[in-house]
Amino acid sequence: MFWRYLLKNRLAIAGGACVLVVFVTAFLAPALSPYDPGAISVSEKLTSPSWRHLLGTDQLGRDVFSRMLYGARISLLVGFVAVGLSLVIGILVGAMAGYYGKWVDTILMRFVDVMMCFPSFFLILTVIALLGPNIMNVMVVIGITSWMGTARFVRAEFLTLRERDFVRAARALGARDSRIIFYHILPNALAPVFVAATLDVATAILVEAGLSFLGFGVQPPAPSWGNILTSGRVYIFDAWWLTLFPGIAILITVLSFNLFGEGLRDAMDPRLR
Amino acid sequence: MIKYLIRRLLQNIPILFGITLISFFIIHLAPGSPIGLTLNPKASPKIIEQMEKNYDLDKPIVVQYVLWVKKLCTGELHSFKDGKPVLEKIAERIPATLLLNVVAMVIIFSVAIPLGVFSATRRYSWFDNLTTFGAYLGISIPSFWLAYLLILATVKCFGHPILGMRSFGMEESGVIAFILDHLWHLMLPSLILAVGGIAAISRYMRSSMLEVIQQDYIRTARAKGISEDDVYYRHALRNALLPIVTIFGFLVPSLISGSVIIETVFAWPGIGRLAYQAVLSRDYSLVMTILTLSSALTLIGNMLADVLYGVVDPRIRY
Repeated sequence: MFWRYLLKNRLAIAGGACVLVVFVTAFLAPALSPYDPGAISVSEKLTSPSWRHLLGTDQLGRDVFSRMLYGARISLLVGFVAVGLSLVIGILVGAMAGYYGKWVDTILMRFVDVMMCFPSFFLILTVIALLGPNIMNVMVVIGITSWMGTARFVRAEFLTLRERDFVRAARALGARDSRIIFYHILPNALAPVFVAATLDVATAILVEAGLSFLGFGVQPPAPSWGNILTSGRVYIFDAWWLTLFPGIAILITVLSFNLFGEGLRDAMDPRLR
Repeated sequence: MIKYLIRRLLQNIPILFGITLISFFIIHLAPGSPIGLTLNPKASPKIIEQMEKNYDLDKPIVVQYVLWVKKLCTGELHSFKDGKPVLEKIAERIPATLLLNVVAMVIIFSVAIPLGVFSATRRYSWFDNLTTFGAYLGISIPSFWLAYLLILATVKCFGHPILGMRSFGMEESGVIAFILDHLWHLMLPSLILAVGGIAAISRYMRSSMLEVIQQDYIRTARAKGISEDDVYYRHALRNALLPIVTIFGFLVPSLISGSVIIETVFAWPGIGRLAYQAVLSRDYSLVMTILTLSSALTLIGNMLADVLYGVVDPRIRY
């Protein structure tokens, strides 16, 4: 039923296919790229797209096409590691709050309320500026500032699931709290969490691009779509390809994750059928 | 109602406390003294000591926190960079940011609500599919990239980019020209700031409208023989608008975040750009204050949204 519904949603399938293509290009970047992404060739700087350089070259004569293929790796890496981290934190916080209730719940949920008040992008920017911009910090900081939605959702699931008979049965058999949380309740709450995570990957990729634009993202010479675009903006009137192509790559990737994620969500929610 | 308001205010006190606590400790995450990083590396130890004393950095961290909150409330906090009062620096920038955000919000609601309503009433039509896809595009596009493309377009059309709040030397060219010039400069940044909000709220509006259309009272209205237009725009729309009010609260933090990027691209002299400059120059005193104030603003926005919800929906009584 889930699959049949999903396959009927053409936009979601197109999104899923694009996500797959991005994955494959990222994985095969070394094989697909015609040049070394870091190879500088001063004699060929800022040449427009041609058969020799499909998407042109940048201010140091590096091949933009090759850099973008490697950039896909960085965008996906940032997206997935950041979201993975936020899932771990969100699930732990939500599970504790929902399972133990009482003062644990109150304290954790007030903390969630506090975190939700911060304008997330500015918070991330500030923390990264303090810790120093590098790919590790970018991933970790996006992760630890974006788990609140997951925590709220998991908590709500736990509140209803903990009263169910199978949980009571497990407790009557003498299962430890940790066993009940991770083996009995959590598997029943995970599917929608992972679907929502697809959308969070899209957001994380956009945030990294925004950080790169302000100079606090993944740092050159490592190629990320955000920093290729940013370093190209000085040459926007002479070398439009440096601004146009990375932007399109970000747009298509984020759009695909969003379409695919929403499609999964719709297919899972029986009310929307 | 009054009782509810007081209760809500009291509930917000611990959250406000949490906000100040996090803003304060985030800044102290940084390795080394905040002063050491802002000063010239050649500054003598004596000057650093004096600075640390001025900003209470020589005291234990808990004392520092208490003093910081006290100074924040009394407006005695000073910038690390130029020693000006922080609140004064922020206040200077408020009009520009307020103008930009209010215009963006007006654009968001006046475009998103009709879009959402029309796509709900024509569900699965080509118009609905187009707006759905448009909404996905709107939430997926990097705003600074869109800004660059539009700046490039204006340069191609007019030969120069439209940046800042006004053209150079417009002060002496009459009131009308002055206002028109302002609007002209406001147009692009407010539009781009509004794109994400339009996309998100048109989706909310669509699903809210679809939910209302399935209600019994809509069936009753149809059964009475009321025309479709009246059913949609008199009966359904009013009820579908109710949940949109609560979104107002969510919009505040995302618009503030958006302002940081948009104001930087368009050289708009608002708080977002001030925040970015403060981060760049490591003016921690200013960064902390902007973080705290913008989060507190979100808190107020959420509370306002709750109260408004009670006002527009008579079924809700506090």
